[in-house]
Amino acid sequence: MSNHLPASGGNGSHGARAGDSGLRYPSNGKTIYHRPLNRTKTAELSKAAFAYLFAEMVSYAQRRVTGIQELEKRLNLQGHPIGLKLLDLLLFREPPRSQLRPLNIIALLHFIKINIWTHLFGRQADRLEKSSNPDTPDEFMIIDNEPLVNAYISVPKEMSQLNCAAFAAGIIEGVCDGAGFPARVTAHTVGDTAGGSNGSGSGGTGGTGAADGEMWPGRTVFLVKFQPEVLEREALIGNKS
Amino acid sequence: MPGANTYTQGPTFHEGGLNKLSTNDYLVLAGTFHGYVSISHLLPKTPSYANNSPKKSVHAITARLNPVKSNPDGRPLSNSSTIPGVPGGILTRPEPPSGLEVLESENFRLQCFNTLTGVKFLLFTDTTQTNVDVIIRRIYELYSDYVMKNPFYQLEMPIRCDMFDRKLLSHIREVNNR
Repeated sequence: MSNHLPASGGNGSHGARAGDSGLRYPSNGKTIYHRPLNRTKTAELSKAAFAYLFAEMVSYAQRRVTGIQELEKRLNLQGHPIGLKLLDLLLFREPPRSQLRPLNIIALLHFIKINIWTHLFGRQADRLEKSSNPDTPDEFMIIDNEPLVNAYISVPKEMSQLNCAAFAAGIIEGVCDGAGFPARVTAHTVGDTAGGSNGSGSGGTGGTGAADGEMWPGRTVFLVKFQPEVLEREALIGNKS
Repeated sequence: MPGANTYTQGPTFHEGGLNKLSTNDYLVLAGTFHGYVSISHLLPKTPSYANNSPKKSVHAITARLNPVKSNPDGRPLSNSSTIPGVPGGILTRPEPPSGLEVLESENFRLQCFNTLTGVKFLLFTDTTQTNVDVIIRRIYELYSDYVMKNPFYQLEMPIRCDMFDRKLLSHIREVNNR
């Protein structure tokens, strides 16, 4: 945004400077997009406030659906636009050199695991895995041991299929769609069945102990299933280089 | 009486101590206790009126203990300067916790924690247990986190939240092992 300043604009003054249009551009090149709206020291939001909001979002969605699948679909749809916008915002905040959007699947998943997760939840996702099943080379897994969105949610037994992290799955889906990697993302609870056995670590992550399903009862796997054309393109790129 | 029906039954613990009671027994106990608390609300008021003590202090006490009730002789409470700006003596903010707090017998001690919204937490402890108010506050914290922030919990219904049960159990274990 600071590029809009005329080059002869005498940019030596400290702080903000009034342009011709009356708009003020900061001289350090940081625009309002570079920092969060809240100015607290850590720029964090209240977890309780989010928990209440999210609880209301879930019950709002729940009042309008008949089944669990439909409920997850709704939560997914609530997250989708967030992901789309977040991709643009976080890429914009990167230093200019690395503002490229991810060009292959691994880079995309790393971007999600590291940048998106850190921005949203203040830490990275716990693991990244590729499906070891040869029939489904289009499936990747992002694993979070205790998703923040589920922090206070106990799903009743009759709805044990449900995982409210479908909302976070929607965010991931939005990021994938926005980056040009159309995918379907679903959230699954893998409480006691340790998910470590069915995947080989991809991209240098993964490979932690598999027997910690007991330790993390709320562990959630985000299953990212890319559309066939994404895999096709990936294969073409891979062959060229 | 606001909050008269906010009874929920949390998980029960009987790790070498109290016998396990049925849900119905808990409801009966809670009902009985609520009766006692209601009576204890009225206690300081009744003798004060009987003694015909100075009106001002009477108002102060009754306003604190039972703000909705108006003066029996028909005069609105706001006449005396105890609660200014409140027409008809009806306060809009919640009633501050008051009433019965501790019940001690030779075998156990019953601590009651009354929240601002009228939820009562009852904790049965050994008579020698210390820091009961800290323990019960922590339980309140767990309740407000894992029950009130759970979209699947319906108000006024029994608490069935795995996470709450788990956290509460580990909290109680921690206390018992100290």
